[in-house]
This record gives sequence, C-alpha cells and structure tokens, in this order.
Amino acid sequence: MSQETETEIEGEYERTNGLRGPPPEARPRPSGRRNSQGTRIDPEVEAERHPRRTVISALVKNEPGVLARASGLVSRRQFNIESLTVGETTNPETSRITLVIEEPEPGIRQVEKQLEKLVPVISVQELGRDAVRRELVIVKVHGSDPDKVHAVTEMYDGTTLDAGPQTITVEITGDEQKIDDAIDAFQQFGIRELSRTGQTAMARGDEWTTDVEEERYERMHERWQTPTNND
Amino acid sequence: MSERVTAPVEETDDAERTVETGAESVIAALEGAGVETCFGVQGGAIMPVYDALYDSDIHHVTMAHEQGAAHAADAYGIVSGEPGVCFATSGPGATNLVTGIADASMDSDPMIALTGQVPTAFVGNDAFQETDTTGITAPITKTNYFATDSDTVGDTVGEAFALSGTGRPGPTVVDLPKDVTNGATDRAPGEARTPDTYDPQMEADDEAIEAAARTLEAAEKPVILAGGGVIKGDATEQLRAFATEYEIPVVTTMPALGSFPEDHELAMEMAGMHGTGYANMAITHCDTMLAVGCRFDDRLTGGVETFAPDAQILHVDIDPAEISKNITADVAAIGDAATVLEQLDAELQHAPDAREWREQCQTWKEEYPMDYAAPEDELLRPEFVVETMDEATPDETIVTTGVGQHQMWACQYWTYRHPRTWVSSHGLGTMGYGLPSAIGAKLAAPDRDVVCFEGDGSFLMTCQELAVAVHENLDITVAVLNNSSVGMVRQWQDAFFEGRHSASQYPWVPAFDKLAEAFGACGFSVTEYNEVAETVEAALEYDGPSVIDFHIDPESNVYPMVPSGGDNGQFALSEDQL
Repeated sequence: MSQETETEIEGEYERTNGLRGPPPEARPRPSGRRNSQGTRIDPEVEAERHPRRTVISALVKNEPGVLARASGLVSRRQFNIESLTVGETTNPETSRITLVIEEPEPGIRQVEKQLEKLVPVISVQELGRDAVRRELVIVKVHGSDPDKVHAVTEMYDGTTLDAGPQTITVEITGDEQKIDDAIDAFQQFGIRELSRTGQTAMARGDEWTTDVEEERYERMHERWQTPTNND
Repeated sequence: MSERVTAPVEETDDAERTVETGAESVIAALEGAGVETCFGVQGGAIMPVYDALYDSDIHHVTMAHEQGAAHAADAYGIVSGEPGVCFATSGPGATNLVTGIADASMDSDPMIALTGQVPTAFVGNDAFQETDTTGITAPITKTNYFATDSDTVGDTVGEAFALSGTGRPGPTVVDLPKDVTNGATDRAPGEARTPDTYDPQMEADDEAIEAAARTLEAAEKPVILAGGGVIKGDATEQLRAFATEYEIPVVTTMPALGSFPEDHELAMEMAGMHGTGYANMAITHCDTMLAVGCRFDDRLTGGVETFAPDAQILHVDIDPAEISKNITADVAAIGDAATVLEQLDAELQHAPDAREWREQCQTWKEEYPMDYAAPEDELLRPEFVVETMDEATPDETIVTTGVGQHQMWACQYWTYRHPRTWVSSHGLGTMGYGLPSAIGAKLAAPDRDVVCFEGDGSFLMTCQELAVAVHENLDITVAVLNNSSVGMVRQWQDAFFEGRHSASQYPWVPAFDKLAEAFGACGFSVTEYNEVAETVEAALEYDGPSVIDFHIDPESNVYPMVPSGGDNGQFALSEDQL
C-alpha cells in the first residue's frame, strides 16, 4: 500500500510523518451535484421527483408464504403502500397480487424490481393509467332511516346485504373515488363499521396484465383442448 | 460464479447412492452437488441429518457455536466460489445462525444453511425449541424453504444449493422438520437445479453496450469502480485486461480488494469512508464511472449528493434491482461481470483520451500517500504490524478480519493482488467474523497461508472457535490488534461525542496469548517494535493455530476518513479536519 516514501534500511522501516497532503479546504471541488435520490442534477434546478400513485400487478406461484414475503418486502424497504390484495387466478398454481403504491419514480422501479427478485414471483408489471381498477366496501350504518339509506345505496349502484331494525349493511363496488364518495354519503346516517378490500386491477382491453400471461394462457388452453376418452 | 452446479458423475459401481430416509436424501443431494466440507452444531431436531452424515465422505467440522458455523461456511464459499454449507438444530441453533446468514446476505456470498425443525405436527404449537426459522430468515435469504415431504426434500436441498450459487449469489435456508428427515423414502434426489422462475440475464443488451462504449470513448476522466461482483463473477482477468488495454484507473470497493492488483500503476485502491485519499479524489472528480458489480453502499458513496457529481454512471450488474437503487445510472448493462466486460471490449473502438487524467491520478497518489509515523521509542503502531505480516507471508496469503479499526488497517496497509484472498464482513459489519472465517478459508484452501486480523473486542465474540482450529489442526495465524477498547467506537466518540467514552473501553480483556494456550493453540504477546518481525516469523512457523496479542497504541485511529454522509472529496486526514 505504501508509496515510495519509505526507505528500507536492512529490514528496518524509517517512517516519516504520517498522512499528509492538501487539507479539505485546499482541494478542488467538482461542480455538479446529485439529489437525495442519487440522480445527477443541474445545480440551478434542484428538482426531486414527486411521488405518484400507481398500481402494480404481480403474478406469483400459489404457495404458502408468498404473500408474507411480498408484504414483508414492502414494509422492510419502507415502500409507501396504500393497499395489497391477493387471490387465485384461473390457473390454481398461480395467484395475482395487486399493490397500490405511492412513490417517486425511482421508488416505483425499486418496488417492481425487488418483487421480481422473490423466487416465487413469476412476473411483475406496473399498470397503465387506463387500467380497470375496482374496490369493494361493506358499510354498516344505523338503521333509523331505512328509506334514505336505500336511496343512497341506489345512487351508488350498491346492494343491501342485510337490513334490521338497528343496522343496515350495504355493499358498494367501484373505483377508489366512488368508494370514497359513497363512504362520505353514508356518514350522515352514522357509520358503525366498514371494511374495504383494497384495489384489484387488470389491464384494459386485449392487453395482458403482465408479460408472461398470454403464453401461460395458451399453454393452459392447450391442456383444455386435449381430447378425453369420454367422447 | 460458475453456472455448473452439478457434480461430475463418477463412473463407479456405487455412483447411485441408495436412500432410505429423507435425511439420507438431504445428504445425497449435498454429495451430488459436490460438497466436500460442511460446518455445524448438533441438536435434537437435526439429529436424523447428522445420523445420515455419519456414513458420508463429507468432512463435517463441529464448531463451538452456530454463528461460527455460519461464518466458516460463508468464508468457505468466498474462497472456493461454491456455496458453503452449515447445519444447526431448531430454535436456538437456527437463531444462532441468523447473524451469519445476514452477513452472507449483505455480502452476496454463496451459502446454504440447513436447520432442524420440530416435527410437522408440532409446528405452530410453540413446541420445545421451535422458532419460525423461515419467517425469521425471509428478509436475509435469497430464498428459503420449509420442507414438507420426505420424497422431495433432497430435491429441495439441491435447488437451494443451486440457487445460492447462481446469478447474484446469496444465502438460502432449508428448514427440515424432524418427521420429514426421519420419514422413509427411496427417492434419491435428482440433479441440483434452479427453479424455472429464476433466469438471471448473463449478456447485456446491445443498446446498453453501445451506449456505454460511446460514453467511455468520449470520456476525459474515466474510472473503473470495481465492486465485489467482479470477484464473485470471476471477472478479475477481464477487469485487468480491460483496464490495462484502455488505460483506465481502477478504484475498488472494500469487498473488491484483490480484484485488481494494488501494486499496479493504474490501481487507485479502495475508495469510501476509509479509502485512500487518491481513490476518493478519483471517484469525486471523474467524468465517467464504469461501475462493475457494486451496489453503491453508503460507506462507499458518502452523501449521494456529492458522490461523483460530474460523472456519467455506467452500471454493470447481474441484479437489475441494484440499478439506480442508490445512484441513478446513466447506462445500465444488466449481466454477468465477465461477459459484459468482454462485450464492452468488443464494442469499444478506441481508448478514451485520458493521459492528463492519468497524470492527475498519479499526482494524487504522491500528494496523499498512505503513511504513518512510527517512532521506535513510542507505542506500537498497528499499521506497522499489518505491513510486517504482509512482508513475511507469501503472495497469495488469505487475510480474514473481524470488524473495527483493525479491519480498516488490514484494508489500508496490506497489498492485495489476487481475488479471494480477502475475506471479511462488509455490509453487515459483524464483529467476531475473523476467526471462524479463517477456519472456513483454511479448509477451502489448505495450501494457502491464512492470516486473521482481529481486534480485542471483536475477537472475544467468537474466540471459542480456537478449540475447533486446534482440533482440526489448522495452520492459521491470528493477529489481535489489542487496544483494550472497541476502537472504532472510541474514535467516533472522540470525533463526534466530545470524547465521552461510553462503554467503549475494554480494560477487562484477557491475556490473549494465555487464552490461546488454554485452548491448546500457541500464544505470543508483543509490545515493542523490535519484537514484531521475529514473533511474526515464529507464529507463522508454528504448525497449527497461533495467536499474537499485539499491544498497540490505544490512541491509534483510522485515517483518511469521510464522516458518515460526507463528501468523499473532503476526506479528513486527521481528527482536526473532521
């Protein structure tokens, strides 16, 4: 490690003065800077990217512990998560996890890439703004004014699940905005309890939600087409 | 990292090992993967596996503590390039492995841990010695498995082994309930294979290679930042060829010590918190940085706002998740380090025109030499001990360390020339890593000298493993740089806590030479300069484990230093510059 500054005298070191060199204030400084996200910036405009809310869909192997791994990852890396839902797909070997996150651009990429690193995760995709998104909420309100409750339920295309002398329980399905609005509207009756599922979502139209699903669908389809001996 | 994880098929009559239980299938899987040495500690839930091991040719090293087993396996993996293997029982056995698994995870080391578990019927009942091992280790493993079936447990172990060493390496865990290992099966495991959802990209995309090449060709102040991935990916030959061909100075991270010969003209050595002044000047002022297999850890970058602020970052990594995680990449080349360097070499049309820059780098080397004052009539300087031991040992000697000031002096004052000669705890910073890792390293490379640098505080955390080194008759030399304190903490207290030495003074440490002798090792104690060389020689001569207790100047501190989150270019050469 040491430079040519040492002189060896028959195996004896003759050392000089320890570390030396120009002190910090005497050194040249580079002109650029990065923001706290590690991106090089024009010092004139110290711009950091703002968080945005988006939906990420992950196709995963349907095995025990996958959801725990995904949710553990999100909390461990302090990603800002709004909701997480999970359910089996048409193929019983796979499930779909849908996450709603709010992060700046680098954070969103990190969520995708860290999820993709989990071994049981097959494919991860951020959905476009036009994706089909739905959420369900069950609201239990005081039943003192059943007609009014029914009217609000109708207004939000909801369904009454249970009605008694004390409470009325309704179900509303829709996008996040609609659910928020409906909850606001039910506040007038006094909401005793509510439960929301969080969003589930899919790509719109003939687009596939993640990039492996078309091929997987074709393979499953072939299996269904296989003739059986019952004919 | 070699892609091949299958053992050569031996043309013998008994090539096909018959199995009768899940445990025998586990051992057969390890044998099939080519495992020769493993480390562990016995216990109730792992007993069936040990019983199967009894008939195996695999050499099992019984360690004094499971943490020692994990570090030994980790070091075995670092030195050999193939996953190291460790065993522990359920409950406290498995939890004792956790530090070692986390260490391997932070440093992307290939390692597989097999843990006993209570029988399946008891799982979830808070049974005796039950812990949720897969739950506990989920955040610190590449992946882990809970075995459920005696017929498939061997294949699961094979998959865990293959996965650990493929792509970006990392530790894997297989939790083995006792009924699964005891269960009858005649299914011998197949070839060790990675699961079909795992397919790391080896070759970078053409566009990325083109963009990186054009940027490099236009660079005026290029540096290569070599990370641990260069060593993991066996890319040191390619790195050396590339750097010398295009005459680009090379800075390394700490895990990359040995990836590029430090006595080479282009070597700027280690950058970061305790890196050399010239390395930190080079990474601060470069205009193009080719970062190969590094994850821009905060100890390297300091504050990201001031890290290489004028540089185009060309980031080569096999793990896409590392791209733009801490430092935004201008060009990302996803792939295997050796492959991508070859691709880049093929694409580059000419070297960057960087003569002035190279001269500037040499000037910085002269301006900021790594040097220390060592008057013979004063207390012993640790840097002198490190340099003396470097002089006294052959070129390919393996250095292992604990964590603390002694580790930094070992980085700074030993000249690393070869890959897999530096074995240390980087990302996790585990005190006590040095001795058990020396055991693992020596068993992986019996023909190489192994020197272990430890601090007094660090050594005390795992010194019980000396008994194992003695029993295995391992020729390793432990140099304890003893300053009767946890010196790195004390140094920070002096710099940032007004010298309030809260819980950092260790006046109670034992005489390490006597401790060594109690374990059956050879012990030495040194306080004077004129005793250093001859004692080192005697310790190296001794055929077996030896410990030298170097009583160093307790005021010795590690400089240069970039304070946490600081500007690398503003490194302090002494405390008054902080």
